[in-house]
Amino acid sequence: KLCICCICLGLYNNKNRKEKRKTKMASGQQWVLVEMVQAFYEAPAYHLILEGILILWIIRLLFSKTYKLQETNKLTEKEKEELIEEWQPDPLVPLVSKDHPSLSYDIVTGPPSHKIIINGKECINFASFNFLGLLDNDRVKQKALTSLKTYGVGTCGPRGFYGTFDVHLELESRLAKFMKTEEAIIYSYGFATIASAIPAYSKRGDIVFVDEAACFSIQKGLQASRSVIKYFKHNDMEDLDRLLKEQQLEDHKNPRKAKVTRRFIVVEGLYMNTADICPLPELVKMKYKYKVRIFLEESLSFGVLGEHGRGVTEHFGVNIDDIDLISANMENAIASIGGFCCGRSFVIDHQRLSGQGYCFSASLPPMLAAAAIEALDIMEEDPDIFTVLREKCTSVYHALQGTSGLKLVGVPLSPSLHLQLERSSGSRDTDQRTLRRIVDYVSLREVALTIARYLEKEERYLPPPTIRVLVTVEQTDEEIQKAVSCIKEAALAVIS
Amino acid sequence: RIRRRAHSLANHNVVRNPSLYNKPFVESYEETPLLVAVLTYMGYGILTIFGYLRDFMRHWNIEKCSVARERDEQKDFVPLYQDFENFYTRNLYTRIRDNWNRPLCGVPGSKMDIVEQVSHDYNRTFQNTGKIMRDVINMGSYNYLGFAENVGQCADAAIQVTEKYGSGVCGTRCEMGNLDIHQEMEELVARFLGVESALTFGMGFATNSMNIPALAGKGCLILSDELNHASLVLGARLSGSTIRVFKHNNMVSLEKLLRDAIVHGQPRTHRPWKKLLIVVEGIYSMEGSIVRLPEVIALKKRYKAFLYLDEAHSIGALGPNGKGVVDYFGLDPKDVDIMMGTFTKSFGAAGGYIGGKRELIQYLRSHSHSAVYATSMPPPVAQQIITSMTTIMGEDGTSLGADRLRQLSENTTYFRRKLREMGFIIYGNDDSPVVPMMLYMPAKIGAFGREMLKRNIGTVVVGFPATPIIESRARFCVSAAHTRETLDVVRGVRGVSGPLVRPWKARRTRRSSPFIRLTKGSCVSSKALHPSRHGA
Repeated sequence: KLCICCICLGLYNNKNRKEKRKTKMASGQQWVLVEMVQAFYEAPAYHLILEGILILWIIRLLFSKTYKLQETNKLTEKEKEELIEEWQPDPLVPLVSKDHPSLSYDIVTGPPSHKIIINGKECINFASFNFLGLLDNDRVKQKALTSLKTYGVGTCGPRGFYGTFDVHLELESRLAKFMKTEEAIIYSYGFATIASAIPAYSKRGDIVFVDEAACFSIQKGLQASRSVIKYFKHNDMEDLDRLLKEQQLEDHKNPRKAKVTRRFIVVEGLYMNTADICPLPELVKMKYKYKVRIFLEESLSFGVLGEHGRGVTEHFGVNIDDIDLISANMENAIASIGGFCCGRSFVIDHQRLSGQGYCFSASLPPMLAAAAIEALDIMEEDPDIFTVLREKCTSVYHALQGTSGLKLVGVPLSPSLHLQLERSSGSRDTDQRTLRRIVDYVSLREVALTIARYLEKEERYLPPPTIRVLVTVEQTDEEIQKAVSCIKEAALAVIS
Repeated sequence: RIRRRAHSLANHNVVRNPSLYNKPFVESYEETPLLVAVLTYMGYGILTIFGYLRDFMRHWNIEKCSVARERDEQKDFVPLYQDFENFYTRNLYTRIRDNWNRPLCGVPGSKMDIVEQVSHDYNRTFQNTGKIMRDVINMGSYNYLGFAENVGQCADAAIQVTEKYGSGVCGTRCEMGNLDIHQEMEELVARFLGVESALTFGMGFATNSMNIPALAGKGCLILSDELNHASLVLGARLSGSTIRVFKHNNMVSLEKLLRDAIVHGQPRTHRPWKKLLIVVEGIYSMEGSIVRLPEVIALKKRYKAFLYLDEAHSIGALGPNGKGVVDYFGLDPKDVDIMMGTFTKSFGAAGGYIGGKRELIQYLRSHSHSAVYATSMPPPVAQQIITSMTTIMGEDGTSLGADRLRQLSENTTYFRRKLREMGFIIYGNDDSPVVPMMLYMPAKIGAFGREMLKRNIGTVVVGFPATPIIESRARFCVSAAHTRETLDVVRGVRGVSGPLVRPWKARRTRRSSPFIRLTKGSCVSSKALHPSRHGA
């Protein structure tokens, strides 16, 4: 109210002055200033005071905020206490239903080698990634024991802080030599290898083209990198080409940004989830056409594919230097623990300070590194082992064709195959239970199989429920025969 | 900046809830002296100038560039590294690279054998000289209880298990990698921790980074200590939750964040948070500080938050029974929702665990990335954990475990007291076996590490980015395997390691400043606060 009063008064005063001014206007502009000063002296005190107040008021109006959100919204301490009192968090974890498959793990007594004792029953093992049978190999065991007697078990530190052992360096140089690359770097956990390697290079703003069937550790590495992720259809080079072309158009629009945006293609050599091989030669062509680097995850193909077990590069006869980074774990064919990355020093060396799983984690127990070295020795001494594995894989692949109700997923060369229901019931749980019944059925007949497990809500592209069939060199032809007929029998019994 | 840090330190040393502690909680830090700070910044300045100069010379081929280069075929690709990314590595780190990754060729026990290496190309590559430096005193390994051994009951048991099982597993826990030895180990771990159930993983780093995402997600808030380990940070980031950071071990800062979180809810939408998860570590490995657990638990209960406690360094190393920081403060393990820890350090093995309520563990068994996708723990490692843990618990029928615990605690007190008496600036809690000693200057990082090695002592030296830029330090990890004589050698050498590398002494006047905090009416004589200088 006061404000309106003042403004009214102010207007009234101004009006008076303006009228006075108008009358004198004719006598010339130069008098205006003098007159104003004169008017100031002549004006009555109340007038000046009012005008002064008015000016101050205007200044205040100009500088004060029109609307004070915080002041009106401020909570009192008491209100805050009430809010705190009222708030109820969600439970830390939701309850897991009692029949969740993960709550009743199969228990393996003794080593999970060729003959495996599951839940007290001895079976032939078709469920461990022990492709070359090195898990209970005597030479590997002896080497591990010798190492254990020298170094003890743990390393008590990360690589930087007295956690580097001579065996680590030896294993790194042996791996580099085996793969015919300049350098290799080892990690103490297979899962962490590619998951650490990707974010070491690909940062925020960079672009990664990924096959949508990529395994979970790749997905986690991509998430950690905070890069832009573009998925292409599984093994579909046309789709990849389309994405790369789109990117090329983008680059033309913004060449300055394009000059600093790194691009990568991330693929698996032999896919964990689909058991097929990536078309590497085409990928390499794409690499040079679009200037994209290739990261290759070879956990399943290392020690399996190629004449000397060097993986998918050897399988296709691709120059290994054309692949920027190869990552693999030593938990499958090598039957130890940990993983490694290899490639040119220019690329690999960067991980020694930037690979999180390398820098911040305790190093690999020396005895496991020693076991891996011995496994490499065996692989180098006797490349026939890969021929044997290939033969077994092919024979299992062909024998499992035509199983009623079950579809075999994979390529003949893959030692890790999937058996999928031909007709899904539409419910994942029901399918899973059906497959489980098959696994139980064959395990009664002394064949060990397992169901492939996934985090159903977290997978980017969730594969259908399958039974894993893992081939190893130790399985004899009779055993394979037996297993296959068991599976066929079980499928008939369970599905029909 | 210096003043601000000093201020924050002063703040956080205020005793707020002395009644929650059952024993004195003494933790000391010292403000970086101004002169030191100025000199340190100058040091970095000079290094940077020379770095640019040398980069310039390399660019014009005046200096030979020995760094690995991109392949010629890929020269027109987008560069894999931005030039500035490697500036620090190229021009600062490489100069003193020989202080890290020193290869061992034996047990990382109280003494270790190091392969001697030289570099002929300014630390780009290293060659073995063929000689071995024997019996270097090991102040670097996290071998708190001295279980890194190649003889004795742990090694014997591990040998037997290797003979039986081999060294690998070739399967995940969910598929075919769940061995009887894993079941046995998990039951033991749960019993050791005093929790309902436990789950173990093959790698400590992954235990954090792959389980936090299973516990928190979108709409959850993670409150994380500013000095939390990289694995916790990664896990929090992968979870997709909102992350807010509180000042190191500062309960005022934590409480403010908790209150604000509940009162204001999620940003923009103002919906209430689904869960609040406080993530702290037991012992902070770079600071040597111990988490103020009684206060954290009080806050967690008051604000209905969940508590994730990473005991990587404290399990086995703290507490009268070696059961970590919970045991140290005499608290109930049930008050901590998620007890996480690693087996790498005190147990001389590898891997990590999570312990807690049965529902939690059941959930993790089915939802943890690690349990579903990663290969399970190798049997010899599992056996090492079982044997060392039963030893600590005294279930092996000997007092070996108790002896080690006592020895570690005595060693820690002795070593910290002696260093302080000598006047060095050391950080952290009086009971923490991690003893950081301040060096401040970048040049001293290399010099100290090398001089100590010359005197047959292996220490860890760390600088930026592992520490704030002006707070480079050396770190000693006290072990139960150290004898008093060993520790005396270490501190004796320190005095004579030459003025060049002598670490900065604490200022006498500062010792009585509020940077030493005492709790619960504990009284310390003025002598302890004003250590005489002639000790050095």
